[in-house]
Amino acid sequence: MTQTPERNASPKKAGRGNFELDEHLKAYQGIWVFIEHEQGEVHPVSWELLGEGRKLADKLGVSLSGVVMGAAGLPTRRFCEESFFYGADNCYLVEDPVLANYRNEPFTRGMTDLVNRYKPEILLLGATTQGRDLAGSVATTLETGLTADCTELNIDPDNRGLAATRPTFGGSLLCTIITKNYRPQMATVRPRVMSMPERDTSRSGSIVEHSLGMIETEIVTKVLSFIPDDTQDKPQLPFADIIVSGGRGMKKPENFQLIWSLAKVLGAEVGATRPVVQAGWAELDRQVGQSGKTVRPKLYIAAGISGAIQHRVGMEGADVIIAINNDPNAPIFDFAHYGIVGNAMTILPVLTEIFKQQLAVARKAG
Amino acid sequence: MAEKFDVIVVGAGPSGNAAAYTLAKSGLKVLQLERGEYPGSKNVQGAILYADALERIIPDFRDEAPLERHIIEQRMWVLDDASFIGAHYRSDDFNKPPYNRYTIIRAQFDKWFSEKVQQAGALVICETTVTELLMDDKKVVGVQTDRMGGSIYADVVILADGVNSLLAKKAGFHAEIDPANVALAVKEIHFMPQETIEARFNLQGEAGVVIEMAGKITRGMMGTGFLYTNKESLTVGVGCMLSDFKTQKITPYQLLEDMKAHPSIAPLLEGGEMKEYTAHLIPEGGYKAIPKLYGEGWMIAGDAAMLVNAMHREGSNLAMTSGCFAAETIIELMNEQKPCSTKNLARYQQKLNDSFVMKDLKKYQNMPGIFHANSQFFTAYPEMLNQAAHRMLKVDGIDKKSKEKAILADFRQRRSLFGLMSDAFKLWRAFE
Amino acid sequence: MHIVVCIKQVPDSAQIRVHPVTNTIMRQGVPAIVNPYDLFSLEAALRLKDVHGGRITVISMGPPQAEIALKKCIAYGADEAILVTDRAFAGADTLATSFALAQAIRQIEKDMKVDMVFAGKQTIDGDTAQVGPGIAKRLNLQLLTYVAQIDAIDLEKNTIQVRRRAENGVQVLQTRLPCLITMLEGSNDMRYATMENMFRAARYATKIWNKDAAGIEDVNKIGLKGSPTLVSKVFAPKPLARRADIIDTESNDPRDIALTLVNKLFTQHPKLHDSLRSH
Ligand SMILES: Cc1cc2nc3c(=O)[nH]c(=O)nc-3n(C[C@H](O)[C@H](O)[C@H](O)COP(=O)(O)OP(=O)(O)OC[C@H]3O[C@@H](n4cnc5c(N)ncnc54)[C@H](O)[C@@H]3O)c2cc1C
Ligand SMILES: Cc1cc2nc3c(=O)[nH]c(=O)nc-3n(C[C@H](O)[C@H](O)[C@H](O)COP(=O)(O)OP(=O)(O)OC[C@H]3O[C@@H](n4cnc5c(N)ncnc54)[C@H](O)[C@@H]3O)c2cc1C
Ligand SMILES: Nc1ncnc2c1ncn2[C@@H]1O[C@H](COP(=O)(O)O)[C@@H](O)[C@H]1O
Repeated sequence: MTQTPERNASPKKAGRGNFELDEHLKAYQGIWVFIEHEQGEVHPVSWELLGEGRKLADKLGVSLSGVVMGAAGLPTRRFCEESFFYGADNCYLVEDPVLANYRNEPFTRGMTDLVNRYKPEILLLGATTQGRDLAGSVATTLETGLTADCTELNIDPDNRGLAATRPTFGGSLLCTIITKNYRPQMATVRPRVMSMPERDTSRSGSIVEHSLGMIETEIVTKVLSFIPDDTQDKPQLPFADIIVSGGRGMKKPENFQLIWSLAKVLGAEVGATRPVVQAGWAELDRQVGQSGKTVRPKLYIAAGISGAIQHRVGMEGADVIIAINNDPNAPIFDFAHYGIVGNAMTILPVLTEIFKQQLAVARKAG
Repeated sequence: MAEKFDVIVVGAGPSGNAAAYTLAKSGLKVLQLERGEYPGSKNVQGAILYADALERIIPDFRDEAPLERHIIEQRMWVLDDASFIGAHYRSDDFNKPPYNRYTIIRAQFDKWFSEKVQQAGALVICETTVTELLMDDKKVVGVQTDRMGGSIYADVVILADGVNSLLAKKAGFHAEIDPANVALAVKEIHFMPQETIEARFNLQGEAGVVIEMAGKITRGMMGTGFLYTNKESLTVGVGCMLSDFKTQKITPYQLLEDMKAHPSIAPLLEGGEMKEYTAHLIPEGGYKAIPKLYGEGWMIAGDAAMLVNAMHREGSNLAMTSGCFAAETIIELMNEQKPCSTKNLARYQQKLNDSFVMKDLKKYQNMPGIFHANSQFFTAYPEMLNQAAHRMLKVDGIDKKSKEKAILADFRQRRSLFGLMSDAFKLWRAFE
Repeated sequence: MHIVVCIKQVPDSAQIRVHPVTNTIMRQGVPAIVNPYDLFSLEAALRLKDVHGGRITVISMGPPQAEIALKKCIAYGADEAILVTDRAFAGADTLATSFALAQAIRQIEKDMKVDMVFAGKQTIDGDTAQVGPGIAKRLNLQLLTYVAQIDAIDLEKNTIQVRRRAENGVQVLQTRLPCLITMLEGSNDMRYATMENMFRAARYATKIWNKDAAGIEDVNKIGLKGSPTLVSKVFAPKPLARRADIIDTESNDPRDIALTLVNKLFTQHPKLHDSLRSH
């Protein structure tokens, strides 16, 4: 029964803009972005959210703030500074030894305290394992609305409210969700859904420090250790510049080698659709789409991929999309930039050869 | 402790449901086992429901069963490559309740039927496959399922497990089915708005149309195509004998693709969204292929018993009727406190013989063989008929009489007069 | 040990269609299933019960037909099933849902103390991953999300150790019971139900609770009233104005086509050319 659009028996009645905000909620102002970090590194989704938050803040004419929580000794101040480079006007910093590693309890406390004290109207978090864990807890503690996995954020000009758009029903439809007479309005956004803003090192801002007031013995859950992933051979699709992806149209696992060959020539990562991953032709980390990775490469080559909406939402942010499909009516041609109607098994080898030649010529030329 | 029932019914298709419903209503302790996720999940049918058979079991089914459209018009098309010649029969009599035939979507229909079975008091367990019959000497005493602790006992077992009944084969009740006795049918459901369907097929309200097709779409193979109107979708499919697919070296999928691309069919499907593609066997061996229907502690009903009238595309009604007869036989015997022995179960055969089931099947017993041995019914004739129509209808200054002559000459040239006459004779004999 | 598992019945989203004209969901004929993510949590609970004994209660809030999903859980081996169903719940968002479920779990606890609650990582229809954390907060349970593995559980000391998936690694966490866990997908395989449990499920009478039975007094906290969020618009993704530039050559030779494409790409996107060249 969660956020299913049918619950509005009459969509007209549910129309926008007819909520008069309670007086005490009008005190809530400004946009916050939770700056998520792990093992000394900020998750890039935080910068993407600052980029998006900046646009919303400018529309509303309010300030944009980062929220950094961590232990002294971590580069937390540097994170605050970085947040200015990516668009924040100021940054809330909660520093405490108990915040050394992400844990639900102290982070929820820190965030809810900050919100209650400084009252933002919008709070954005990454839809990551950390962001979702925290967002759900904070929203419940604050008893406010939270919209998950948004793909588009807007301000409703009628009432200055956040209009958060997200896929629904397995991605076959989109819905726009608003938060009624509750503040802050919370939303999570998946990595790579928003574009990365320019980093401007000339920007600066102020840091607002806030203390947590918790001691370790109060906190029940302990982090015994952290086992970092072996990133050596782990595919890194979200930040790849070029991706060559194959779908069920590749017919056989052996044919997937053609994808790999082209990827090698282009220095690209290899991606795949869900059926291909489920058939075991490619690893789960290579799945692009709603239940896989969202990618934003400069070039995305899709071979034997129909372009189902669940795949599309994961890759339509690519600068250039080339589709190879033997069905001229395949939906992928509706949003690809270039298309080849033909058999991927014959096109891919020649395309690989031509790219190889042309790039060799170009490199020689300088 | 292993469970014990009066009757175990294997399968929750029309025959199994009819049997389980009838048995449970009489107060017997019935277990029905179905391997699909839910009743109907695995079942494929065109699907036309013939009201009569169901009405006998659940008289007021029209009030609650999920029915799509009642049929008011039947079209028969004989197709050439680019054309068809057809006969349409539409009658307002078909548009007056109680309606005689309906299109249904089996997944929904079977689910509803199964709910009725459960309300009647049968225990229905899905996602459970019967792997073997439990035997005590030559008597069936129960079933073995694929689950841990899966032996279940009963006085009698009804095999309603559909075409190609693996259980019957395993138990040696019937032999491997001859590929010349089963058709492989494929079908798709194409969704489109109700308004589009109604406009395209000249329909109003809940009325519907069916199109039966023969001719070059099956490339000389024995078989037919069909297109049915549902509420918000069209069902389109084609079926041919399994043995023909083997020799023709064409996949059923390709056959259906080609059929959908036919210039007379493509516009009907235009703009629809294809939802499901399914393939299923239909036992079309007719009367001569019917196996032994009962034995010590067991009975077979429906497709498992090869009870399909391929000529009229009737199957579910024979399935329901046979399932119901099987149940009634058991109820009678139990009331009389007689065991379900081979001798006593012979009543089941008698009931079938006395009904339309065996009478119809007997009538068409020679049909499958005739079509099978004479591919001209599916190639040359459609072509000749369509060309004839074309000639007659094309206004080109040639007088009609000359046209008729030319047509006849053409018929004779393609197939000798003797051939034509003997074909007509064969058909006539078979139908008689 | 008493474990409560929260499950939701969802439409099998792989089979959902959108009406091409009205853009509404066509639910007719779409099978309802147990939310697939919930099964990883149920199986984790069943494994704990296999080792430590105890009772598993599955609970769901939803329409009457959600009973089928609960029965399925009984077949897998859950002991009790409770369906919380009331018209007053209609229109609930995650906040209102977690409130209702938390109240119901309090009610369950009156019968037998609850040591652990499991929820799915997320649902495939709501897809929010918020209800689990919400229940944990309301019941003041320790929250362990995205758990890949339960390492150890000590019922004497009331402690549990798990591996939790983080963005770039795995956290090994230790906490106290009672706690709420959401399991990561793929962390286990659901067992095949025994015949005995299939019979039990087929005959099981699910407990049906309305809002009063679930101990809910404040109707302002449930259903549409208790939901801060509101769906204001549902729409289909809009088609782009343009379609792909289909590369076509007279010769229809794959080589010519590939060459045309690569040339177009390099001339129309010089920047892309540069980054390809420099790689
Ligand atoms: C809840 C949910 C989440 C999902 N999440 C994802 C996700 O994250 N990512 C994802 O990808 N999918 C996802 N899906 C699945 C998605 O709906 C589609 O089923 C999937 O994207 C289709 O994959 P495909 O394009 O490889 O296969 P298909 O749709 O089967 O398309 C194959 C294509 O190949 C073409 N083709 C065939 N032969 C050739 C040939 N010889 N040469 C060239 N082309 C050929 C065909 O014309 C066709 O267009 C999800 C679905 C659901 C319900
Ligand atoms: C494409 C097509 C179109 C058709 N069109 C029509 C039509 O328009 N009108 C009409 O009247 N008939 C039609 N038929 C025929 C009709 O579908 C069948 O005659 C009818 O379904 C037979 O019912 P049944 O109960 O005998 O078998 P089925 O409906 O096949 O049911 C058998 C059931 O048993 C289950 N089962 C099988 N083995 C086991 C096992 N070992 N353990 C547990 N469960 C098992 C199966 O999952 C299935 O649910 C059509 C058939 C096809 C394929
Ligand atoms: N109506 C419900 N009834 C029971 N459990 C639910 C319900 N809604 C959500 N849940 C649980 O919360 C988890 C997360 O759901 P969601 O926040 O909708 O993604 C699910 O996997 C379920 O375990």
